[in-house]
Amino acid sequence: MTVVELKGVSKQFRGGTLALQGIDLTVEPREFVSLIGPSGCGKSTLLRVIGDLIPPSEGTATVNGKTAERARRDRDYGIVFQQAVLYDWRTVAKNIELPLELLNWDRRRRKERVAEMLDLVELGGFEGHHPWQLSGGMQQRVAIARALSFEPALLLMDEPFGALDEMTRERLNSELLRIWAETGSTVVFVTHSIPEAVYLSTRVVVMSARPGRIAEVIDIDLPQPRESEIREDARFFELVTRVREALIRGGVEA
Amino acid sequence: MPGRATAERIGTFLAVLGVLWGAWEGWRWLGSHYHLTWPFTVNDTTMPHLHRIIQALFQPAQANGPSLLHILLNASAFTAKEAALGFALGAVGGFAIAVVLLQSRFLERGIIPYVVASQTIPLLAIAPMVIVGLESKFGGTLSAWECVSVLAAYLTFFPVTINALRGLQSADPRAVELMRSYAANRWRILWKLQAPASLPYLFSAFRIAAPLAIVGAIISEPSASIQDGLGGAIVNFNQYYSIEPQELWATNVISALLGIVFFLAVVFAERAIVRRAPENTA
Repeated sequence: MTVVELKGVSKQFRGGTLALQGIDLTVEPREFVSLIGPSGCGKSTLLRVIGDLIPPSEGTATVNGKTAERARRDRDYGIVFQQAVLYDWRTVAKNIELPLELLNWDRRRRKERVAEMLDLVELGGFEGHHPWQLSGGMQQRVAIARALSFEPALLLMDEPFGALDEMTRERLNSELLRIWAETGSTVVFVTHSIPEAVYLSTRVVVMSARPGRIAEVIDIDLPQPRESEIREDARFFELVTRVREALIRGGVEA
Repeated sequence: MPGRATAERIGTFLAVLGVLWGAWEGWRWLGSHYHLTWPFTVNDTTMPHLHRIIQALFQPAQANGPSLLHILLNASAFTAKEAALGFALGAVGGFAIAVVLLQSRFLERGIIPYVVASQTIPLLAIAPMVIVGLESKFGGTLSAWECVSVLAAYLTFFPVTINALRGLQSADPRAVELMRSYAANRWRILWKLQAPASLPYLFSAFRIAAPLAIVGAIISEPSASIQDGLGGAIVNFNQYYSIEPQELWATNVISALLGIVFFLAVVFAERAIVRRAPENTA
């Protein structure tokens, strides 16, 4: 079953800004789709429409065959923002546990799942730490663990590594691919980094700005599973160039 | 090293106390030596020696009676009981009002002016109404000191409401978005996110409200005809001020100490409860 289906989605904000216009997009199970475009192209807005955090002005958003609102109420997706948005007064373990508390899981089941998630994001031993004691990359790993803790079929990520340094970003990219493969989830990923989009995705959706429209969709046919060395592959560079040219055609100087 | 920090604090406290003591006695000496009449005439009535005030604490207030300190400590315990209940009522009530106001901008804009206006009415003006009102309704079940607590709460709820509202609104908007993504309803968002986010603001309000609870209790005691508390003691020693000024002064010192004890209780509770990033600690 199609995970995300957008039909004719437009979004006009109250001030009159047309953030999105006529967006048609489908995302199939196990896909990793990146939305890339210049700032102000509405890619974050589009992600929020999928998550039913912003209503579209026109068109429909369907998630797992349901309205986006129904899907949100059924907790069909987990979301990760550019900032980790961890609760300072909670430990790492309690932060990961937050959605499970809201789902009324019993204590034992919560503890078990938190331990699994700590393993998944390789943060064993940090469960008792508070967020401010962690590096930016570790905080973002906690946010990913929190988003995945209740096993949503869909993971929405809004520039999750945008605030991190290049080395940390590349390491977390590989880690995300491993987690994606292990959990079998579907990912919609917003980024403004071309290499990041190419490295992670099965498909890259290139958007143009004002109003935000889909300029081009590029299939990324790099083999799976991807190792970091693929970044030095000739095919990788070809695809980076294709995305870059699509962005320029869409009206951006990359 | 916590031991050294504590020693430094005590040292600072004693140094400031010494300077204040010196200033009092210095002004006293200047005033009486040069017969100053401005801004007031200095003599044993207007400015008793500080050591006389301390001495008065250890002497019986009436012939063969218990020491003044003994009387004042009993009065402090009584007033502390009223103030503690008043503080609790004010804190819970103040927070509850903030939660109601949080629900809509309309409510906030409409009701805040009345919350502010409530504080411009002197406690003395509403004390008789509250006491008579409460006694006619709950005369059998509510004792006079509990009426005083209600009046103390009238003073303490205000800073709590104002700060709690700001604190509840201080939650990161992205964190609210995150809670919405989990389909958390309004009450879960309140308890899991907004209430914990408001704690630092709430404790700032409690620091102000704790001494206010003491003030509210002291002021309200005479209206409730209570003799057993510090308010009663102040009214009593007022009458003898021209003969025994040091007794009223001593009462004021004990009242101030009680306010400080309440303040410190809030500070220690805050340290035990509020977890936050070290760079955010005041």
